[in-house]
Amino acid sequence: MVAAITFSGVSRHFGDVRAVDGVDLEIGSGEFFALLGPSGSGKTTCLRLIAGFEQPTRGTISIFGQDATSAPPYRRPVNTVFQDYALFPHLNVRDNVAYGLMVRGDAKAPRRTAADEALALVALDGFGDRKPSALSGGQRQRVALARALVMQPKVLLLDEPLGALDLKLREQMQGELKTLQRRLGIAFVFVTHDQGEALSMADRVAVFNDGRIQQVGSPEEVYDRPQTPFVADFVGASNILPADMVEAIIGKRASASLRPEAITFSDGPLQGVVESHAFLGSAIRIEVMCNGQIIKVLVPKSGVVPVMGETVKLGWPAGALHIMDSTDG
Amino acid sequence: MHSKAPLGLKIAAIGGLLFLHVPILLIFVYAFTTEDKSYQWPPPGYTLQWFEVTWNRPDVWQALGLSLRVACVSTVIAIVLGTLCAAAVARSKFFGRETISLLVILPIALPGIITGISLRSAFNIADIPFSTWTIILGHATFCIVVVYNNAVARFRRTSSSLIEASMDLGATYWQTLRFVIMPNMATAILAGGMLAFALSFDEVIVTTFTAGQQQTLPIWMLEELVRPRQRPVTNVVAMVVVLVTFLPILGAYYLTRGTETVAGQGK
Amino acid sequence: MAEAPRSPLSDMLWRRPNLLLLLLVTPPLLWLGIVYLGSLFALLAQSFFSIDEFSGLINYEFTLKTYGELFRASNFDILLRTIAMASAVTVGAAIVAFPIAYYAARYATGKWKAVFYLGVMLPLWSSYLVKVYSWKLILAKEGILNWLFETLHLSWVLDAYLSIPGIGGNSLSVSWTGTFLVFLYVWLPFMILPIQAALERVPPSMLEASGDLGARPGQTLRHVILPLALPGIIAGSIFTFSLTMGDYIIPQIVGTSARMIGQAVYQFQGTAGNIPLAAAFAVVPIVVMGIYLTLAKRAGAFDAL
Repeated sequence: MVAAITFSGVSRHFGDVRAVDGVDLEIGSGEFFALLGPSGSGKTTCLRLIAGFEQPTRGTISIFGQDATSAPPYRRPVNTVFQDYALFPHLNVRDNVAYGLMVRGDAKAPRRTAADEALALVALDGFGDRKPSALSGGQRQRVALARALVMQPKVLLLDEPLGALDLKLREQMQGELKTLQRRLGIAFVFVTHDQGEALSMADRVAVFNDGRIQQVGSPEEVYDRPQTPFVADFVGASNILPADMVEAIIGKRASASLRPEAITFSDGPLQGVVESHAFLGSAIRIEVMCNGQIIKVLVPKSGVVPVMGETVKLGWPAGALHIMDSTDG
Repeated sequence: MHSKAPLGLKIAAIGGLLFLHVPILLIFVYAFTTEDKSYQWPPPGYTLQWFEVTWNRPDVWQALGLSLRVACVSTVIAIVLGTLCAAAVARSKFFGRETISLLVILPIALPGIITGISLRSAFNIADIPFSTWTIILGHATFCIVVVYNNAVARFRRTSSSLIEASMDLGATYWQTLRFVIMPNMATAILAGGMLAFALSFDEVIVTTFTAGQQQTLPIWMLEELVRPRQRPVTNVVAMVVVLVTFLPILGAYYLTRGTETVAGQGK
Repeated sequence: MAEAPRSPLSDMLWRRPNLLLLLLVTPPLLWLGIVYLGSLFALLAQSFFSIDEFSGLINYEFTLKTYGELFRASNFDILLRTIAMASAVTVGAAIVAFPIAYYAARYATGKWKAVFYLGVMLPLWSSYLVKVYSWKLILAKEGILNWLFETLHLSWVLDAYLSIPGIGGNSLSVSWTGTFLVFLYVWLPFMILPIQAALERVPPSMLEASGDLGARPGQTLRHVILPLALPGIIAGSIFTFSLTMGDYIIPQIVGTSARMIGQAVYQFQGTAGNIPLAAAFAVVPIVVMGIYLTLAKRAGAFDAL
């Protein structure tokens, strides 16, 4: 099956700055795909390259097999939900949603119907006559969503869509977006710096750093089997064990990642002194100093909690220690 | 922040405001005086006769007509060029940006006499005879900055993602211009235009150098100041001028009120 | 998604954003560059020529003789006089403008904010000539100011003042004081606005902090408010200084027969036909303003504009 989006050796330079540096990517036609990374990692630029707001300095971009590298945004079967929603202030909600239809020449009545249907899809029935300035952040976001979806794009792009919402609303929207995507069956590509969000929503995640993709995989793969220290550190709060420590444990020099929740206070290869406790609500994070390195351990609230200053041994199940071959990141 | 102001400050501030307005209001009073040979105060009597006299003076009407024509055309030119410049400067950071900003401001920053003389010598060198068009050329030049300031301020406030959103939804550049950019810019450009109109209508310094034999209303008034014919007529005309320019300024204020950039703040 | 309407020009502009920029910027640049800059340089070039005293014709040879003429006593007086007036007007305007700007920035709310705003805007954009004319009425011998002094039985004060040489005269309207007052009046709004803008940028928490640390209102004014308002004052002074230096109408209508730079320029390029000298005079304000603007930029005044 033809991939929805294909990047081949795509680079985007701004003078000396390489915002995107040699990226290859394939996004499937029904995937919920996340571009994850810190600020400046190139993920937003990649999204803009798909949308057409930037042109690549090198490489090609295809959408469903057709070369779109030099196509302007209005010729791509792709629509965007902007980070600041970008609702037209001088139009009411219905006219905002119907804008794309108006611009391509649809008649007034079918436009109105389609816009109202799109608003119903995002649970904003009856909001058609209001102005964007009268809406809350969450409502504006839904309008932006409706406006993009009414165009029936083949790929929907979302630029940090949930960043401006408070926690409760964010979690609610995460669920709604996921349901929406399943229902529509089209590819959703969204940019986020929040690894928790990426892991909970996406089918696959691409982790970006410094303009390059460090790893692409399912949330489980990226979390349990990070390929580089950067990924291990950025996705979930992992312990990264230095080469010396790893050599003492398994006899090979490499860096390795160990998830805090996989460690138990049982007989194991590491020994150290408890330095601090942090109460996280449903769990407790304990920091243990082993051979000059702080190891973080996450235990459930009901579990055994050693006291400060106590000497403990740290153990883990086989396979929890993940060796990372590459050392860049 | 908005605590009680010290009384002295309040008096000084309001006094200052009055200082700005009372002289002009005095002219209104003088327009009704019966005394026509001097500026006697208090006026010996009040009359409406000077209004009729002014109405019947053909030179006043001619000057007024010329001023209106010049103001209209200069405003249109200033709107077009000022908006183009503002669009270019606000859109992108290109290397000549600061130079352009400086260039646009220059005609109003340098003393009017310099602008006036420069234009006059340019016309002489190019052998262009003085006409309504030379007046318009001069006015448009310094009216550009007025529209420019208003347009730039509004462009800066308009997020660039609006243009991207429009194109993302399928609109070409022209459609985006028509459906998104223009509606958002309209009030700012209009406000700038109104201020440009007021500026052109009142201008005298540059105009004396570019008008040749013609008289705009301010030039007419200057003549009357130096060689008074009928003083009260001058007062009536002055009153009319104040009222005529009062309207565009008020209009520009209401058009941009409530937005961050109220028109006229940067002259 | 349906195809967007055919628009090859739009496509091309998207592909080449610099082309769009060029199109936007060329018409105004042509106008300003050719019409304005061109004529400005033409004028300034003339200051390097000289006039032949006998024939009255312009000698198109490069020379600094015309600039030398500026240092002749009568001409130099004009320069000094003008700069002195510009300085006096600037200082006076700053003093009068400050309370207005301060009140408008810190204390005016709601309706009063609009009152102050329009109260400064309307005179700013009103006809320059009408404003000058109104003062001719006020300062006239039979006008309101004299009448006020008489009614208050203070005419002797006025007469004493008018007999001071230099700034006095036969009546206010033919004295330097009169000229000073008119300049002050006409340029006042130009001083108020930048000061107000600068003061509005002062966060109220800064004033509260000053009070919290023990400063009395007068000290807060001197040590916190004035320094922060300074860029605004400098910005305003750019206008008052520059506009006063080039003005030729106000001193002609209200003032003595001693000339200022503007009048000199006007006179020399007019019937005297001595364009080089007129140009040389015109260069002086440009140079002075150039220096002033550079200093002002360093003091951060441009942010307050």
